[in-house]
Amino acid sequence: MKKMITLKINDREYDLVTEVNRTLTQVLREDLGLTGTKQGCETGDCGSCTVLLDGKPVNSCLLLAVEAEGQEIRTIEGLSEDGKLHPLQQAFVEHGAIQCGFCSPGMILSAKALLDQNASPDSKEIRTALSGNLCRCTGYQKIIEAVESVGKKV
Amino acid sequence: MSTYSVINSRAPRLDGPDKATGQAVYTDDLHFPDMLYGVLLQSPLAHARILNIDTTKAAGLPGVKAVLTAKDMEVIPYGVSPARYDETILAVDKVRYLGDEVAAVAAGDWETAYEAADLIQVDYDELPAVFDPYEAMAEGAPVIHEAYPRNICAEVHQEFGDVEAAFADCDLIHEHRFVNKRQDAAFLEPNNCVAVYDRNGYLTLYSSTQTPHYVQRTIAMVLKIPVGRVRVIKSYVGGGFGPKASASTLELVSCALAIKTGRPVKMRFSREQVFLHSRARHQFFHTFKTGVKKDGTLLALHNTCVLEGGAYSSFGIATVYYAGSLLGGPYKLPNMKYDGYRVYTNRPACGAQRGHGGVAARAGFEQQLDMIAEKLGLDPVELRLKNIMETGDTTCNELNMSSLGMKECIEAIRDQSDWKKKKGRLPKGKGIGMACGFFVSGAGYPIYRSDTYHATVVVKISEDGGTIQVRTGSAEIGQGSDTAMAMIAAEALGVPYEEVTVVSGDTDLSVDLGAYSSRQTLMTGHATKEAAEDAKRQVLEVLSEQLNVPAEKISLRGGLVFFEGVSPDFETIRIEYMKEHRGWTDSPKEGDLTFKEAARLAYIKRGTIVGTGKYKPPKLGGSFKGAAVGTSPAYGCSAQIAEVTVDLETGEVTVDKVTDAHDCGLAINRTSVEGQMEGSVSMGLGEALFEEVKFDDQGKIINASLAEYKIPTALDVPPVESIIIESHEPNGPYGAKEVGEGAIMPTIPALINAIHDATGVRITELPVTSERIWRALKEKNNPSPA
Repeated sequence: MKKMITLKINDREYDLVTEVNRTLTQVLREDLGLTGTKQGCETGDCGSCTVLLDGKPVNSCLLLAVEAEGQEIRTIEGLSEDGKLHPLQQAFVEHGAIQCGFCSPGMILSAKALLDQNASPDSKEIRTALSGNLCRCTGYQKIIEAVESVGKKV
Repeated sequence: MSTYSVINSRAPRLDGPDKATGQAVYTDDLHFPDMLYGVLLQSPLAHARILNIDTTKAAGLPGVKAVLTAKDMEVIPYGVSPARYDETILAVDKVRYLGDEVAAVAAGDWETAYEAADLIQVDYDELPAVFDPYEAMAEGAPVIHEAYPRNICAEVHQEFGDVEAAFADCDLIHEHRFVNKRQDAAFLEPNNCVAVYDRNGYLTLYSSTQTPHYVQRTIAMVLKIPVGRVRVIKSYVGGGFGPKASASTLELVSCALAIKTGRPVKMRFSREQVFLHSRARHQFFHTFKTGVKKDGTLLALHNTCVLEGGAYSSFGIATVYYAGSLLGGPYKLPNMKYDGYRVYTNRPACGAQRGHGGVAARAGFEQQLDMIAEKLGLDPVELRLKNIMETGDTTCNELNMSSLGMKECIEAIRDQSDWKKKKGRLPKGKGIGMACGFFVSGAGYPIYRSDTYHATVVVKISEDGGTIQVRTGSAEIGQGSDTAMAMIAAEALGVPYEEVTVVSGDTDLSVDLGAYSSRQTLMTGHATKEAAEDAKRQVLEVLSEQLNVPAEKISLRGGLVFFEGVSPDFETIRIEYMKEHRGWTDSPKEGDLTFKEAARLAYIKRGTIVGTGKYKPPKLGGSFKGAAVGTSPAYGCSAQIAEVTVDLETGEVTVDKVTDAHDCGLAINRTSVEGQMEGSVSMGLGEALFEEVKFDDQGKIINASLAEYKIPTALDVPPVESIIIESHEPNGPYGAKEVGEGAIMPTIPALINAIHDATGVRITELPVTSERIWRALKEKNNPSPA
């Protein structure tokens, strides 16, 4: 069964017709070409598909696209402005917080949600906020340092 | 202060901005017009004969474009080591594990493809299965491969020196058994690929692989296409750690389906299929018997190991050799005997994972060293320092330590962690432990027997002289190899890092064996350096002719040209350059002659300036059977100290801190080196404390998800203090060697030694869960009656 929906993604409205059983990850990646959102498990365990829904991090693989209607969706593509990296993106690059990069979009969005709530989190708060985003490469250390560095600037 | 302009710094990664913004393209992000979607049908049984496969219904489903079984093609066996080509593209006559690939379907969308796969009817005659390697070796056990009686896939018996005679001279002989668990590499990006076959008979495979070169060769062999007509392109890869280092069914089937249909075919593993494909760390059952003198001098080791290999060989022959050879160092050990058996079982095939073959051996052996130190009343650090190898030493199995900062690593962590104040003096429930390890900096020989170069590189200068492009078939899989190559090329040419770009991971660009055995910094690095120097030589030759200055008096640094003892007039070159670039905004105006101007001149005189480089190691190692495994032009080494808190009521472990020193030779990129060290600690911590692939009694994995197979989260890993030790490696480019795998070696034993220090109990089976500690504590406090 198909449904016509309007999704508000990165401040832009998309009108589309989608099967009602498609996840937000699938629609973002396959229908809208927003492939910055990654798919690592399809079961909500890894956090690679994290997007912000009204500012809160959610696993977009666990959400049907039709359920996201009416909410502000922010994906990694909507973070940099005027071609300039968001301070978190800049910090991830500078601190070496990125290796394979597969977790990075979700990790950065979870970090943004944290900083929007808590401008200057300590490392325990950062670790807790990012504990739903798995990273197999970095051991998290440089990720924590990157988020901490942005927090301190605020 | 570094004498280098580019290397040995913290240059930001080339791919950082693209990865931070979601712009980096991974294979599953690719889409082609007319693309089909391929799905595999896998065996629901661990061991069964295939009586019949009926694909009629599947083929008849609207939208299905192709159905493939082994009957549709000439089946050519393949695998990793040519000595054990025991896999086929799809199952022939029988299935050997629950998940073995039986058939495949290509359709216009995923849903149709899955539906069609369900419609394939397979009649199986179930056979008795065997899951335990000891049972598999027993007489009368089910035979998994006819050619391998008692299911022994590979067997190794080596002796260096005379172990029995040495034992007779020992004051103490200690023996214990150590067991790890089967791992999953748990890279975040599930394997995936897209195959495209064009009308001229050229096949291109985009794949999330670590080794485009080996995949290209395997496809060419299995599908009978000349190597020159197979191109493998690795997009960005979301982690590999070993299991993506060989051709998979996924890759071969997508190619076969693309050829059959003439349309691009995309395939991918679900997370569950990643577990089923496996090819990650084996389970090792090690017994170590070590003999020492009273003063702690190591005299002999007899190491016995049984590996549960799963249904196919994969990297297993190398693995079983590594499980012996990598104990040859980093301690002076004059006598060593090894008996290893890799055994087939009806489970997914194990292969290579970070620290290939050596991690469990190292974990158990370093635990044993602590047991010995305790018995002799020696400090574990002192015991190790007493026996440590140094630069120039050769192991009893003929591995040459051309550089080895092992002693420096131990001293650095001992001092940094305040070991002397803490060891034996911490309160109950707190513990400190240490361990060492080393690893190859690139396998000394290719997987297939060949005189091939291990790496070739092309460095091309753009026609305006302003941009340097490094072209290499090497594989950036997250470790930072593209960045390292850019830094090496910039250093060798004398230009800024920002002016170098890297295109990589494509078999059309160059030959490179890929990302495994921690080889690229050393091997691809050598070839990159040589290629950059070759390009530089050409530019300097032209400049020398033009200015009538001997080339040896001209040098390049930071993108500028310097003349030694002469001041030639280069105004004509500059005027010419500016005329040629009228209207451009980046022309040099005053000051020193730039590399750009010189390189433009070279282009005008000679055409496109291209430098080439190549590398293969010299002949390495001894002449005994299996001597090749463990050889390398260089060895990296590590020492770690772990500090833990254990709840003595519940057995819960908190890792408070890890102090980590690694000798990587000259660190090309210091941030990347630390990244490998920190990542290694995290992966080792997971294996030590909670990771284990579990099966039911039918051979089905019961935790094939990232919820049930737990890898460390940000809350599980401790702060890691990384200390980079830089010995000078004569065989490495600029003295550089590995970090990616040696760094994981000490983690597990350092943790279990710290847990012993905190609790007084020795856990000799991984993972060291709260339950195992709790039971051991209970047993220690209230020993059960014998």
